[in-house]
Amino acid sequence: MAEMKLAPGNGPETGSATALRSSQDSWLRRNRQTLAPLLFLAPGVIFFLFYVIFPILQSFNLSFYRWDGLGDPQFIGMENYRELMDDRAFEVSLWNNLKWLLLYLLAIPAGLFIALFLNQTVTGIRLYKSLFFFPFVISQVVVGLVFSWFYDPTFGLLNQVLGWVGLGPLNVLGDPTLVTYGIIAAGLWPQTAYCMILYLTGLNAVDPEQVEAARLDGAKGAKMLWYVIIPQLRPATFVAFVVTIIGALRSFDLISIMTNGGPFGSSRVLSFYMFEKALSEYGFRMGYGAAIAVVLFLIMLCFIAYFLWSMYQDDKGGR
Amino acid sequence: MKTLKGTVASLALSLGLATAAQAELSGTLKIFSDMSNPAPRAVMEGMAAEFDAMHPNLTVELTVIDREAYKTQIRNFLTANAPDVANWYAANRMRPYVSAGLFEDISDLWAEPEIADALASTKGAMTLDGKQWGVPYTYYQWGVYYREDIYNELGLEEPKDWETFKSNCQKILDSGRKCFTIGTKFLWTAGGWFDYLNMRTNGYDFHMALTNGEIAWTDDRVKQTFANWRELIDMGAFIDNHQSYSWQEALPFMVKGEAAAYLMGNFAVAPLREAGLGTDQLDFYQFPTINPDVELAEDAPTDTFHIPSGAQNKEAAREFLRFVVSADNQTKINSGAALGQLPVNSNSSVDDDEMLNQGFEMLSSNAPGGIAQFFDRDAPAEMASVAMEGFQEFMVFPDNLDDILNRLEKTRERVY
Repeated sequence: MAEMKLAPGNGPETGSATALRSSQDSWLRRNRQTLAPLLFLAPGVIFFLFYVIFPILQSFNLSFYRWDGLGDPQFIGMENYRELMDDRAFEVSLWNNLKWLLLYLLAIPAGLFIALFLNQTVTGIRLYKSLFFFPFVISQVVVGLVFSWFYDPTFGLLNQVLGWVGLGPLNVLGDPTLVTYGIIAAGLWPQTAYCMILYLTGLNAVDPEQVEAARLDGAKGAKMLWYVIIPQLRPATFVAFVVTIIGALRSFDLISIMTNGGPFGSSRVLSFYMFEKALSEYGFRMGYGAAIAVVLFLIMLCFIAYFLWSMYQDDKGGR
Repeated sequence: MKTLKGTVASLALSLGLATAAQAELSGTLKIFSDMSNPAPRAVMEGMAAEFDAMHPNLTVELTVIDREAYKTQIRNFLTANAPDVANWYAANRMRPYVSAGLFEDISDLWAEPEIADALASTKGAMTLDGKQWGVPYTYYQWGVYYREDIYNELGLEEPKDWETFKSNCQKILDSGRKCFTIGTKFLWTAGGWFDYLNMRTNGYDFHMALTNGEIAWTDDRVKQTFANWRELIDMGAFIDNHQSYSWQEALPFMVKGEAAAYLMGNFAVAPLREAGLGTDQLDFYQFPTINPDVELAEDAPTDTFHIPSGAQNKEAAREFLRFVVSADNQTKINSGAALGQLPVNSNSSVDDDEMLNQGFEMLSSNAPGGIAQFFDRDAPAEMASVAMEGFQEFMVFPDNLDDILNRLEKTRERVY
């Protein structure tokens, strides 16, 4: 056997059966380079297809039906989407999603600023870094609770402070115009910490020689930051951008904890609205929920496509 | 042989139906329950154990599921893995399961004299399409719980009519307090106010027609209800920022005496007492008359037991329902030490509790208009969620009323 494996060329001389086996062997052998990665990929691909791609297609399909989760689904074509166009709650959610997307990005410059500030060697800096990172470690639910106490119209700290400077009491979470900003501010707290940690690791990789060279050329302060440091932090910025955009689009827990979508639905975003329509106590309009999910998916798809494209470009550039 | 059988049968009959059934029941009785809070849980476990002991050949398997999670899980287990008995709520809340054929028609149980007579008051709430789909096991009154000491201090009487209701409120406001505490963060509390104002303005039948989608939300009579509501809002009767509080977070206003009353279900009494309000500080009155031409009607949400149509042991399930509603069991499980609510069987006795006595009195003799379940149980879920959101908005921005009503009307046209 060992001999045969080592020298498959012997096949034809030792009879037809062995010849067959050895040609099979050589087929496996010849395609080993292709087969091995396919085999290793298979579990991942199967799970991805089954748990990601298939449900996405199913949601697309479901959005053309009227279904309460119990009886038989009834095909209604584009009716759910037509209703969405006319649904004020959907419009509000869409705008809120946009506010989240834009304002959540503030976490990136804020994180960068704190990272620059903490990127020095003084006694106890590790402790300060951990303290700044702390909000990212605690659960979003706790963040939501802490902020709703902070905003509380009767005993909240915010109104106490506003009172000192002579400003009237403000019910942030009860005011339809302020509520979304209030929740985003709460969300920015942990998100800034996340961006900070990304930039702190990025700063470790900044080339000290380049900084030295720039300094010899007379660059300092803002110029140094803009032309020397930030370009070197590009990978960190990219990751911070990705996680922040995704974080903004899947904002759900804070809204659920702090306002439950209220007052009268003015702080809902698409993911929360979908949950309410499809899965909450008063919901079970599966088709309508699926239609909202499809819209959210299409918005996400723009960003996902951009991220993938940008990563592909980087790969091609050999960076 | 024939005579012997006859004797046995008549003997069994004379011993009562329960005894006759006892001998027959065997197998397993699977019960899924949403009674997950400590006191209800103890009640449910007690009932299961007692029923198990009554029927030696029958094994009772009880699964208690978190009350909120149950609301979504019921959809799965009714279709996939049906128990023999399941908890749910009365009125339109049963509709999705009844129309999907997931609840068993138990009109035969309701035809039995013991149930038909003793449970007559809740029969309407259990009836859809002319059939009965479950039995109630407890209910509780809604009404105005107020600070007796504040009323005494200001020399106020329990109001019987709308004018006194408002003049009382004005005096309370003049004393630097709010008339009513409320927390509308989770919306349904505003539904309670709408129920009462609408039933007092337009009557029970109109209210039921509205929640059944037979009347437009833009109807002038509905607008009259909101006009009455607006009188209170414009007076500043409700606490500020109520949209930020849950019903529990609204309790301290009443405990601290910053608000004088709370329109609530009887379940608010226990936390108010625990917070330190004594019997001379807390009392109850029925929501007063607004339109003297309509009869008084009340909200009294009813919790229920049902037999899923996929149940395996329907014989035992029926027997369990008979046991649940029996007068003795009703007295026991609704006592102050257990659920602390009202028994559904008219032969049961009500626990000697100030609030429960008043509630029982009110529901049995002073609610000729009818007994409603509550806005989110009488109206279909979708209508209820949009409408209650509108009520909350109205309470904060009463000027948006027309816009809100148009929105509700659009939803009504689509939902029904």
